[in-house]
Amino acid sequence: MKLDCKHVWEHISGYLDHELDPALLEAVEKHLESCEVCSAVLDSTRNVLVLTADDRTYELPVGYSERLHERLSAAIRGETGPRHQ
Amino acid sequence: MKTAQRTNEGELIRRILAGETELFHELIRPYERLVYVTIFAILKNETEAEDGAQETMISAFRHLGSFRGDAKFSTWLVTIAMNEARKRLRKGKVAAEDSLDATLEDHDGGDYTPTVLTDWREIPLEALEKKELREKLREAVMNLSEKYREVFVLRDIEELNQEETAAALGINVTLVKVRLHRARMMLQKALVPYLKSEATPRSGFFRRWFA
Repeated sequence: MKLDCKHVWEHISGYLDHELDPALLEAVEKHLESCEVCSAVLDSTRNVLVLTADDRTYELPVGYSERLHERLSAAIRGETGPRHQ
Repeated sequence: MKTAQRTNEGELIRRILAGETELFHELIRPYERLVYVTIFAILKNETEAEDGAQETMISAFRHLGSFRGDAKFSTWLVTIAMNEARKRLRKGKVAAEDSLDATLEDHDGGDYTPTVLTDWREIPLEALEKKELREKLREAVMNLSEKYREVFVLRDIEELNQEETAAALGINVTLVKVRLHRARMMLQKALVPYLKSEATPRSGFFRRWFA
Protein backbone atom coordinates (compact mmCIF):
# COMPACT_ATOMS: atom_id res chain seq x y z
CA MET A 1 0.00 0.00 0.00
CA LYS A 2 1.45 3.33 -1.04
CA LEU A 3 -0.05 6.53 0.29
CA ASP A 4 0.25 10.12 -0.80
CA CYS A 5 0.33 13.03 1.66
CA LYS A 6 -3.35 13.81 1.51
CA HIS A 7 -4.21 10.25 2.45
CA VAL A 8 -1.77 10.28 5.32
CA TRP A 9 -3.39 13.46 6.71
CA GLU A 10 -6.71 11.65 6.81
CA HIS A 11 -5.22 9.11 9.17
CA ILE A 12 -3.31 11.43 11.51
CA SER A 13 -6.00 11.28 14.17
CA GLY A 14 -6.35 7.52 13.94
CA TYR A 15 -2.58 7.20 14.06
CA LEU A 16 -2.36 9.29 17.23
CA ASP A 17 -5.09 7.17 18.82
CA HIS A 18 -3.37 3.90 17.78
CA GLU A 19 -6.40 2.86 15.81
CA LEU A 20 -4.97 2.05 12.40
CA ASP A 21 -5.03 -1.54 11.28
CA PRO A 22 -1.58 -3.10 10.79
CA ALA A 23 -1.39 -2.73 7.00
CA LEU A 24 -2.44 0.92 7.07
CA LEU A 25 -0.19 1.65 10.02
CA GLU A 26 2.77 0.24 8.15
CA ALA A 27 1.97 2.32 5.06
CA VAL A 28 1.56 5.49 7.11
CA GLU A 29 4.81 4.90 8.98
CA LYS A 30 6.66 4.19 5.79
CA HIS A 31 5.41 7.46 4.33
CA LEU A 32 6.28 9.39 7.49
CA GLU A 33 9.83 8.08 7.42
CA SER A 34 10.50 9.77 4.14
CA CYS A 35 8.14 12.75 4.24
CA GLU A 36 9.16 15.76 6.33
CA VAL A 37 5.93 17.58 5.56
CA CYS A 38 3.68 14.86 6.93
CA SER A 39 5.99 14.35 9.90
CA ALA A 40 5.63 18.04 10.71
CA VAL A 41 1.86 17.85 10.45
CA LEU A 42 1.87 14.84 12.74
CA ASP A 43 4.17 16.52 15.26
CA SER A 44 2.19 19.73 15.31
CA THR A 45 -1.07 17.89 15.80
CA ARG A 46 0.46 15.82 18.57
CA ASN A 47 1.66 19.02 20.20
CA VAL A 48 -1.82 20.50 20.08
CA LEU A 49 -2.92 17.45 22.06
CA VAL A 50 -0.04 17.77 24.52
CA LEU A 51 -1.01 21.38 25.07
CA THR A 52 -4.66 20.41 25.46
CA ALA A 53 -3.87 17.82 28.12
CA ASP A 54 -1.75 20.33 30.07
CA ASP A 55 -3.64 21.14 33.27
CA ARG A 56 -2.58 24.77 32.96
CA THR A 57 -4.55 25.16 29.74
CA TYR A 58 -7.82 24.77 31.61
CA GLU A 59 -7.55 25.94 35.20
CA LEU A 60 -10.15 25.98 37.92
CA PRO A 61 -11.10 29.38 39.34
CA VAL A 62 -9.75 30.06 42.83
CA GLY A 63 -12.29 28.98 45.44
CA TYR A 64 -14.34 26.99 42.94
CA SER A 65 -14.48 23.83 45.01
CA GLU A 66 -15.46 25.63 48.22
CA ARG A 67 -18.28 27.51 46.50
CA LEU A 68 -19.48 24.35 44.81
CA HIS A 69 -19.74 22.39 48.04
CA GLU A 70 -21.35 25.30 49.82
CA ARG A 71 -24.07 25.49 47.21
CA LEU A 72 -24.46 21.72 47.23
CA SER A 73 -24.87 21.74 51.00
CA ALA A 74 -27.64 24.27 50.68
CA ALA A 75 -29.32 22.21 47.96
CA ILE A 76 -28.98 18.99 49.93
CA ARG A 77 -30.39 20.61 53.08
CA GLY A 78 -33.27 22.01 51.10
CA GLU A 79 -34.28 18.63 49.75
CA THR A 80 -35.75 15.62 51.40
CA GLY A 81 -33.30 13.61 49.35
CA PRO A 82 -32.80 12.58 45.76
CA ARG A 83 -35.96 11.51 44.03
CA HIS A 84 -36.27 7.80 43.44
CA GLN A 85 -37.34 7.05 39.90
CA MET B 1 -8.45 0.18 40.74
CA LYS B 2 -11.16 1.25 38.34
CA THR B 3 -13.39 -1.60 39.40
CA ALA B 4 -12.76 -0.80 43.04
CA GLN B 5 -13.62 2.84 42.45
CA ARG B 6 -16.78 1.84 40.67
CA THR B 7 -17.86 -0.53 43.40
CA ASN B 8 -17.18 2.17 45.93
CA GLU B 9 -19.21 4.62 43.88
CA GLY B 10 -22.05 2.14 43.61
CA GLU B 11 -22.04 1.73 47.36
CA LEU B 12 -21.92 5.50 47.88
CA ILE B 13 -24.85 6.01 45.54
CA ARG B 14 -26.85 3.32 47.32
CA ARG B 15 -26.25 4.98 50.69
CA ILE B 16 -27.08 8.46 49.37
CA LEU B 17 -30.34 7.18 47.97
CA ALA B 18 -31.02 5.49 51.29
CA GLY B 19 -30.81 8.85 53.00
CA GLU B 20 -27.15 9.59 53.74
CA THR B 21 -27.33 12.60 51.46
CA GLU B 22 -24.17 14.27 52.83
CA LEU B 23 -22.15 11.54 51.11
CA PHE B 24 -22.96 13.19 47.80
CA HIS B 25 -20.08 15.60 48.45
CA GLU B 26 -17.72 12.67 48.53
CA LEU B 27 -19.25 11.07 45.44
CA ILE B 28 -18.66 14.07 43.19
CA ARG B 29 -15.31 15.23 44.56
CA PRO B 30 -13.25 13.34 41.93
CA TYR B 31 -15.26 14.97 39.13
CA GLU B 32 -15.25 18.63 40.09
CA ARG B 33 -12.64 19.47 37.54
CA LEU B 34 -14.18 17.31 34.83
CA VAL B 35 -17.52 19.06 35.10
CA TYR B 36 -16.14 22.60 35.23
CA VAL B 37 -13.68 22.17 32.38
CA THR B 38 -16.27 20.47 30.18
CA ILE B 39 -18.60 23.42 30.50
CA PHE B 40 -15.88 26.04 30.37
CA ALA B 41 -14.39 24.66 27.17
CA ILE B 42 -17.82 24.83 25.57
CA LEU B 43 -18.73 28.31 26.84
CA LYS B 44 -15.34 29.94 27.52
CA ASN B 45 -16.86 32.04 30.24
CA GLU B 46 -15.71 31.47 33.82
CA THR B 47 -18.79 32.74 35.60
CA GLU B 48 -21.16 30.79 33.38
CA ALA B 49 -19.00 27.68 33.67
CA GLU B 50 -18.88 27.83 37.45
CA ASP B 51 -22.60 28.41 37.73
CA GLY B 52 -23.20 25.65 35.19
CA ALA B 53 -20.97 23.26 37.12
CA GLN B 54 -22.93 23.95 40.31
CA GLU B 55 -26.22 23.42 38.51
CA THR B 56 -24.88 20.18 37.04
CA MET B 57 -23.99 18.80 40.45
CA ILE B 58 -27.31 19.84 41.96
CA SER B 59 -29.15 18.29 39.05
CA ALA B 60 -27.10 15.11 39.47
CA PHE B 61 -28.09 15.01 43.13
CA ARG B 62 -31.76 15.47 42.36
CA HIS B 63 -31.78 12.83 39.66
CA LEU B 64 -29.42 10.36 41.23
CA GLY B 65 -32.27 7.89 41.50
CA SER B 66 -32.42 7.67 37.72
CA PHE B 67 -28.74 6.79 37.39
CA ARG B 68 -28.34 3.26 36.09
CA GLY B 69 -25.35 1.34 37.31
CA ASP B 70 -24.61 -0.06 33.85
CA ALA B 71 -23.14 3.29 32.76
CA LYS B 72 -20.16 4.91 34.41
CA PHE B 73 -21.09 7.60 36.87
CA SER B 74 -18.56 9.97 35.28
CA THR B 75 -20.14 9.51 31.84
CA TRP B 76 -23.58 10.15 33.28
CA LEU B 77 -22.28 13.28 34.99
CA VAL B 78 -20.62 14.51 31.80
CA THR B 79 -23.88 14.05 29.93
CA ILE B 80 -25.60 16.33 32.41
CA ALA B 81 -22.74 18.85 32.19
CA MET B 82 -22.90 18.81 28.40
CA ASN B 83 -26.64 19.43 28.45
CA GLU B 84 -26.15 22.27 30.90
CA ALA B 85 -23.53 23.83 28.60
CA ARG B 86 -25.81 23.43 25.57
CA LYS B 87 -28.71 25.00 27.41
CA ARG B 88 -26.58 28.02 28.24
CA LEU B 89 -25.37 28.29 24.67
CA ARG B 90 -28.97 28.28 23.44
CA LYS B 91 -29.94 30.96 25.89
CA GLY B 92 -27.38 33.10 24.15
CA LYS B 93 -25.88 34.16 27.43
CA VAL B 94 -22.54 33.48 25.90
CA ALA B 95 -21.06 34.00 22.45
CA ALA B 96 -23.50 33.12 19.71
CA GLU B 97 -22.89 29.83 18.03
CA ASP B 98 -21.67 30.49 14.58
CA SER B 99 -18.89 29.07 12.57
CA LEU B 100 -17.82 28.93 8.99
CA ASP B 101 -17.42 25.20 9.05
CA ALA B 102 -20.82 24.57 10.59
CA THR B 103 -22.30 23.55 7.30
CA LEU B 104 -19.64 21.00 6.46
CA GLU B 105 -20.79 17.44 6.25
CA ASP B 106 -19.48 14.99 8.76
CA HIS B 107 -18.56 12.25 6.38
CA ASP B 108 -16.37 14.23 4.01
CA GLY B 109 -13.44 13.72 6.37
CA GLY B 110 -10.56 14.69 4.14
CA ASP B 111 -11.36 17.91 2.34
CA TYR B 112 -9.23 20.21 4.45
CA THR B 113 -5.55 20.74 4.28
CA PRO B 114 -3.48 20.94 7.42
CA THR B 115 -1.10 23.81 7.66
CA VAL B 116 2.28 22.59 6.75
CA LEU B 117 5.08 24.29 8.50
CA THR B 118 8.23 22.42 8.15
CA ASP B 119 10.05 24.49 10.75
CA TRP B 120 7.51 23.64 13.38
CA ARG B 121 8.98 20.57 14.85
CA GLU B 122 12.04 21.71 16.60
CA ILE B 123 10.95 23.97 19.46
CA PRO B 124 7.52 22.81 20.52
CA LEU B 125 8.48 22.01 24.10
CA GLU B 126 9.63 25.56 24.74
CA ALA B 127 6.75 27.00 22.80
CA LEU B 128 4.30 24.91 24.75
CA GLU B 129 5.43 26.62 27.92
CA LYS B 130 4.09 29.95 26.68
CA LYS B 131 1.01 31.17 28.46
CA GLU B 132 -0.19 32.97 25.34
CA LEU B 133 -0.25 29.75 23.44
CA ARG B 134 -2.61 28.19 25.94
CA GLU B 135 -4.93 31.15 25.49
CA LYS B 136 -4.75 30.71 21.72
CA LEU B 137 -5.69 27.09 22.12
CA ARG B 138 -8.69 27.94 24.31
CA GLU B 139 -9.78 30.47 21.70
CA ALA B 140 -9.32 28.01 18.87
CA VAL B 141 -11.37 25.39 20.72
CA MET B 142 -14.07 27.98 21.29
CA ASN B 143 -14.07 28.81 17.59
CA LEU B 144 -14.79 25.24 16.55
CA SER B 145 -18.41 24.73 15.69
CA GLU B 146 -20.35 23.09 18.44
CA LYS B 147 -20.43 19.53 17.17
CA TYR B 148 -16.65 19.43 16.79
CA ARG B 149 -16.02 21.25 20.02
CA GLU B 150 -18.11 18.83 22.04
CA VAL B 151 -16.27 15.80 20.76
CA PHE B 152 -12.88 17.43 21.20
CA VAL B 153 -13.67 18.48 24.76
CA LEU B 154 -14.73 15.00 25.81
CA ARG B 155 -12.01 13.07 24.00
CA ASP B 156 -8.96 15.26 24.26
CA ILE B 157 -9.60 17.45 27.27
CA GLU B 158 -11.53 15.04 29.45
CA GLU B 159 -9.89 12.01 27.92
CA LEU B 160 -13.05 9.95 27.74
CA ASN B 161 -12.75 6.99 25.39
CA GLN B 162 -14.60 6.74 22.06
CA GLU B 163 -17.50 4.75 23.50
CA GLU B 164 -17.96 7.02 26.51
CA THR B 165 -17.86 10.09 24.27
CA ALA B 166 -20.41 8.56 21.92
CA ALA B 167 -22.67 7.69 24.85
CA ALA B 168 -22.40 11.13 26.41
CA LEU B 169 -23.26 12.86 23.14
CA GLY B 170 -25.80 10.37 21.88
CA ILE B 171 -23.94 9.76 18.61
CA ASN B 172 -22.18 6.71 17.23
CA VAL B 173 -18.48 5.92 17.55
CA THR B 174 -17.77 6.43 13.86
CA LEU B 175 -19.11 9.96 14.06
CA VAL B 176 -17.00 10.57 17.16
CA LYS B 177 -13.89 9.58 15.21
CA VAL B 178 -14.74 11.67 12.17
CA ARG B 179 -15.54 14.77 14.20
CA LEU B 180 -12.52 14.33 16.42
CA HIS B 181 -10.24 14.10 13.43
CA ARG B 182 -11.70 17.24 11.89
CA ALA B 183 -11.52 19.09 15.19
CA ARG B 184 -7.88 18.20 15.67
CA MET B 185 -6.97 19.23 12.14
CA MET B 186 -8.77 22.55 12.50
CA LEU B 187 -6.93 23.20 15.74
CA GLN B 188 -3.63 22.28 14.16
CA LYS B 189 -4.38 24.78 11.44
CA ALA B 190 -5.40 27.47 13.92
CA LEU B 191 -2.39 27.08 16.17
CA VAL B 192 0.47 26.65 13.78
CA PRO B 193 0.82 30.39 13.04
CA TYR B 194 1.35 31.15 16.71
CA LEU B 195 4.07 28.62 16.98
CA LYS B 196 5.81 29.71 13.85
CA SER B 197 7.72 32.55 15.45
CA GLU B 198 8.73 30.31 18.29
CA ALA B 199 10.26 27.73 16.10
CA THR B 200 13.67 27.66 14.56
CA PRO B 201 14.62 25.53 11.63
CA ARG B 202 16.46 22.37 12.32
CA SER B 203 19.99 22.77 11.09
CA GLY B 204 20.50 21.15 7.75
CA PHE B 205 16.82 20.60 7.22
CA PHE B 206 16.15 23.63 5.07
CA ARG B 207 19.20 23.03 3.00
CA ARG B 208 17.93 19.58 2.34
CA TRP B 209 14.40 20.75 1.71
CA PHE B 210 15.06 23.73 -0.50
CA ALA B 211 18.26 22.68 -2.17
